[in-house]
Amino acid sequence: MKWTRRDILKGLGGLPILGSIWWAGAANALVKSKDRTEILEMLKIEPTLPSALPEIGGDPIRIGIIGFGIRGEQLCRALGFATEEWIEQMKEEERLTGNTQLKEFLEQEKLNLRIAGVCDIFDVRAENAIASFSTAEHQVKRYDTYQEMIRSGEVDAVIIATPDHWHAPMSIEALENNVHVYVEKPMTHTIEETYRLRDAARNSKAHLMVGHQHRQTLSFQTASDIIDKKVLGHVSVVQTFTNRNDDNGAWNYDIHDKASEQTIDWQQFLGSAPQIPFNKNHFFRWRKWWAYGSGLSGDLLTHDYDRLNCVLNMGIPKYITASGGIYTHNDGRNVPDVLQVNMDFPDFSTGSTQAPGKEKGMTFTYNATLGNGFNRPTILMGHDASMELGNNLTIWPDSGSTKYAELMETGKMKPNVPIYHYNPGANVPDAVSSATSQYFADKGLMWTYIDGVRVNSTYLHLREWLSAIRNGGTLSCGIKEGFEEAITAHMTGLAYKLGRRIEWDPVAEQIVPIDDIDLDQVLLSST
Amino acid sequence: MTELLQRESLLKSVVFLRILIGWHFLYEGVIKLFNPDWTAFGYLATAQGPFKSLFIALTGDGVIGWVDTLNTLVLIFVGVTLVLGIFEKWGIIAGMVLLAMYYFAHPPFPWLEQRNVEGSYWFVNKNLIEIGALWVLYHIPTSSYFGLNYLFKKEPKPAKTPQS
Repeated sequence: MKWTRRDILKGLGGLPILGSIWWAGAANALVKSKDRTEILEMLKIEPTLPSALPEIGGDPIRIGIIGFGIRGEQLCRALGFATEEWIEQMKEEERLTGNTQLKEFLEQEKLNLRIAGVCDIFDVRAENAIASFSTAEHQVKRYDTYQEMIRSGEVDAVIIATPDHWHAPMSIEALENNVHVYVEKPMTHTIEETYRLRDAARNSKAHLMVGHQHRQTLSFQTASDIIDKKVLGHVSVVQTFTNRNDDNGAWNYDIHDKASEQTIDWQQFLGSAPQIPFNKNHFFRWRKWWAYGSGLSGDLLTHDYDRLNCVLNMGIPKYITASGGIYTHNDGRNVPDVLQVNMDFPDFSTGSTQAPGKEKGMTFTYNATLGNGFNRPTILMGHDASMELGNNLTIWPDSGSTKYAELMETGKMKPNVPIYHYNPGANVPDAVSSATSQYFADKGLMWTYIDGVRVNSTYLHLREWLSAIRNGGTLSCGIKEGFEEAITAHMTGLAYKLGRRIEWDPVAEQIVPIDDIDLDQVLLSST
Repeated sequence: MTELLQRESLLKSVVFLRILIGWHFLYEGVIKLFNPDWTAFGYLATAQGPFKSLFIALTGDGVIGWVDTLNTLVLIFVGVTLVLGIFEKWGIIAGMVLLAMYYFAHPPFPWLEQRNVEGSYWFVNKNLIEIGALWVLYHIPTSSYFGLNYLFKKEPKPAKTPQS
């Protein structure tokens, strides 16, 4: 058989096309990969992998729950204990909206513990915990007061999820009795008790963990590595935000229809707070009043502050100013619902890539509204790059960067193209439903990812605490971090209420006194 | 009909279509072959629609590696067969199966949320259109007209003189 030119053309015409496509595909993929490798090698960022904790061996740790409200229930679920009611509700949501929370709850690894007791001053909640968590072998015991529970010898550790004004008294009582403590944020309600709690923690054999669960979020740990490697250069501004626009987010929680003076121990709720007649609104929505809570500064700013403190380790700000008001929910509350906070750290630096002495100092801003849900991400702004930080993490080089100037010139880096993106849960479907849940999830406060699987960060935080109880070891949010968080929250509250700049004296370790003002009295006052 | 199929202009246009589709598959395959970081994990993990659980099952440890390799190899196989004009029916069938999987992993059904799509689709998207185009190729084989098959099939079945 003899092939003509026509035969060759018609028979082998596809070959050059094939060769070209192959060459183009290979060349493009390799060039991209080479540029990427070059950038990554220069950045040297090590994405954080989940840390392995020693096993929580021995007898199950006996846990006492103090406060079984919304947060108390969430913490119990993170421990592996859900109420019947919640399971039914989640089944329904799974059917209707594909919500995956029940599935994730059931897949969560079991921790070596049992719920030994509950202390809640609302009968319905205490009974709910007993009915849901008691087993044939172990009946969950109800305690009328936290002191009885702590001194009973029947609990090894307590979880405190009460209004803020009870955090310190309960934590101190537990620590003095060498009972381990997991306390919700903010760690304290006044300045004075912050010092007392610090002393109690330092003198106790028991471990104290403050409930800033986002410290477990892998992206934050990676962000910390990014700061250490000076990828961003000198960070001069950090912007953080709270954006919420729903009842739940504005702390207008449901009022239980069985709530009454007969079912609630009102005196115990009030404690050191001003003595007022029974008030359901105050009981269920306590976050709206300075007497029991601390509004945006203690409730939500603390999350943003601690998230960044875990990344930057910047400590307590030198100065804080704040302003705001009750602009979106004029419903009888006395804590602000719009708040702008400026924190200054004049001596802090994340490292400089320019002439020595040129760059130093950082401003951290927090802007919150409970009247708008538009998502504004956390941004760290450095001389060389900017970082957006949430559950994911993205870095953009800055057009004026010194460090990346050459790469910018050669076009290997462009200011509008991220040089690094960390998404530990790449494209994992998300079924977080409500606006407030999404708000927390976006900030990495609710979920983190391990091997692409969504894991409740509160679970990881509690697991770290339980592991330390059994095996020893340091905690990621212990008394040092809790002290810094609490003092920052209190300085913010003071700045807002007094309309003055509040200063921290790092040598004397105290808030610089202002005239003859009793700062704690200001914090507790209604205006 | 037979006459229609032998019209040179029709054969040329079908060859053109075959090369385009082959080009598309081949380039997608080669890009993945030379990018060690590429994975179908995200695409499969976000699957929606009636076969959601099947696609999510493909993301499991130990499975996803095979899925990635097979996907790349099949893309290249389809591309090579269509561009070179050899085993074209096998390539077309493999291509249709692959496209059907892409289509059903993220079906453009109005009751599903459309994620990461560059256009507006209502039941019909580019994957489905490409399946349709492959179906046409299946019924109008052209590898004996342009492609390696032309050489192999030359003796027993010489190209007929097309009508002008």
